[in-house]
Amino acid sequence: MNELIILPITGGALIGLAATLMLLFNGRITGISGIINDTFVARKNDGHWRLAFIAGLIFGGLILRLISPDIFENTSGRNLIMLTAAGFLVGFGTVMGGGCTSGHGICGTSRLSVRSLIATVTFIIFGVLSVTAIRFLQGGTP
Amino acid sequence: MTRSIVAFISGLIFALGLGISGMTQPQNVIGFLDLTNWNPSLLFVMAGAVTIHGLSFFIIRNRPSPLLDTTWHIPKRKDITPKLLIGATIFGIGWGLGGYCPGPGVTAIASGQLGALTFVASMVTGMFVYSYIERNLPLRN
Repeated sequence: MNELIILPITGGALIGLAATLMLLFNGRITGISGIINDTFVARKNDGHWRLAFIAGLIFGGLILRLISPDIFENTSGRNLIMLTAAGFLVGFGTVMGGGCTSGHGICGTSRLSVRSLIATVTFIIFGVLSVTAIRFLQGGTP
Repeated sequence: MTRSIVAFISGLIFALGLGISGMTQPQNVIGFLDLTNWNPSLLFVMAGAVTIHGLSFFIIRNRPSPLLDTTWHIPKRKDITPKLLIGATIFGIGWGLGGYCPGPGVTAIASGQLGALTFVASMVTGMFVYSYIERNLPLRN
């Protein structure tokens, strides 16, 4: 109950709060794929806020690790080859589609952007197809 | 400087939210996308985030400007393009394959795990490759 409902709603509310601070103070969308792309690939020259956000994410990760290393436990069985392919597709696809789970899924959905709603439904459908295909290829093992 | 401090705090809170909700564990994300053994937690994360940010957005947008800037930087595009759909499709396939999206991937750098580091390095590579293709091939929208 806690792990499936209460903690996810609480964590989600914190994510909503993080996006609210970014909007209220900086007037920006908390779109993480865009922030990473604009920092390392497009190299936008309008201040250091993107790098500061990324540093905040990693610093938050370090706090989580101190609280409990289990927070980063990965029992999915995805190997390094799969993670390499996954990373490539995620980077390529999010820049092409103009957003990820945060930019389209949370920020876009929150302001009722039809573009973001369609993108979100699309990546969830293909996420389901991807997981289903992998399960099938692995012979139905979980 | 103050904008960067706000961004740092926003990133920090975002990461804590991901960790508390279990989204830094790829099996929970994959579980949401697995209809044979469904884990609903990602749905509740989205519900919590969209409830808070949906309410705050419609209050904040009545302000003439943000607190630390003179203008808003909110996307205004409304067109549904092939790029949007194909990009979201490719992202979805990768998301199901690894169980990470960009936020949890970057946060998991802190874990030092080879898997997370590999994912993020490959993700940035994918971004470079897409940008290269877009610069060198005439892609429509």
